[in-house]
Amino acid sequence: MAERKIVDGRGSFCPGPLMELIVALKNSQVGDELEVLSTDKGSANDIPEWVKKVGHAYLSTTESDGVWHILVRKTK
Amino acid sequence: MKILIIGGGMAGTILANNLARRLPQELKSGKAHITMLSASDKHMYQPGLLYLAVGRTTPDELYRDQASLLEPSIQFHVDPVEHFELDHRRVITQSGKTFGYDILVIATGSRMYPEGIPGLSEYSETFYTEASALKMFKRLQSFTGGKVVVTVGVPHKCPMAPLEIIFMLHDYFRDRGLSDKVQLHYTYPINRVHSLENVAKWAAPEMDRLGITYDTFFNLKEVDGANQVVRSEEGVDIPYDLLISIPAHKGMEVLEKNKLGQNGWLPTHRTKLTLEGYDNVYVCGDTTNIPISKAGSTAHFEADTLGENIAAIVKMGVPVREYDGKVFCFIEAGKDRATYAMFNYQTPPDPKAPTKAVHWFKMAYNKLYWVSARGLL
Repeated sequence: MAERKIVDGRGSFCPGPLMELIVALKNSQVGDELEVLSTDKGSANDIPEWVKKVGHAYLSTTESDGVWHILVRKTK
Repeated sequence: MKILIIGGGMAGTILANNLARRLPQELKSGKAHITMLSASDKHMYQPGLLYLAVGRTTPDELYRDQASLLEPSIQFHVDPVEHFELDHRRVITQSGKTFGYDILVIATGSRMYPEGIPGLSEYSETFYTEASALKMFKRLQSFTGGKVVVTVGVPHKCPMAPLEIIFMLHDYFRDRGLSDKVQLHYTYPINRVHSLENVAKWAAPEMDRLGITYDTFFNLKEVDGANQVVRSEEGVDIPYDLLISIPAHKGMEVLEKNKLGQNGWLPTHRTKLTLEGYDNVYVCGDTTNIPISKAGSTAHFEADTLGENIAAIVKMGVPVREYDGKVFCFIEAGKDRATYAMFNYQTPPDPKAPTKAVHWFKMAYNKLYWVSARGLL
């Protein structure tokens, strides 16, 4: 059964939110949705770019109080 | 108060000594007890493995007897834990002994996990253990030319290791007069050559200057050893003659078996360093799931925080400070130049151009570490 997971990358410069997402996707099932939390604005660009390149589904990005919420679905 | 520390690596050792120095009267009077359980009677300086892999140190330089590093007031046992019974405030060891505690610190570290990628164990060289670093050096010595590819798995111990090994390989082959026969090719999982943006801004032009080529957005999927090709999740194939890997890491298997955290990483409060759900259980070093570098300095600064806090709990009943995410990493930029990156949860790093002075400071620290492990530096 698909799950919704939070990937909390706030305050992470190294390895950073995208690296955290890559690890979390490896540990997820197809259909799971992952919501990345990031205080790094660059991740709002980097994550959708990587997700599309690999072939997962990029769903949305929203920003609230300096935290970006980037939603992704594992598709393969 | 019984303080039990699981793990005799950098985090556990610095913390135990820090506490022993803060609590001399309490330990003497019996008000406090510090016990350490470790899997080994030896202590390895793991950052030294990088130098071993390129023939710049020898294995004996990397070890000390664990007992010789610890304050005499610390009870030390080589008896790794097999069962954690956190709700009963006790652990059971391999020998069958039960150790109770009031405060528990889990600092069991991490391990490379090349088995997660098909072909990686069989066809790549790496340097995260003494045996693998020695094997890698012997392979380098017999290598006379071709394409050397470096791959990087996540998460991995020591965030600077990928850059350090590529630059050290450059100097190693140059010194052997093989620069025109060896092509160095670097890969990295995200869209720049290092996760720290300011480090990547320095490292990419440095690679360009040295003739090191690179692919970014390269997440290793499999190694086709028969055809000597690495394949990425992104659909890119790269041929190699010699494959050097920074494998992904996991926490220790015993933590997975005890269902304390996925892949052996324990859910840890990022400023209190407590294990989720337990106010009297702390996590230190690589073992946490905090999204920061798995590095010796992280372990050191976390241990400093816990040393102050646990001593304050013994003396006053409450902790006194929070961990701010501080990390400090040297970055070797070849065999004789280095720079460094320092950052925390709030402040990104701003590395300067590499210098010989920083390299020699790193060389000095490789010796000073033994003072650091004793809780003196």
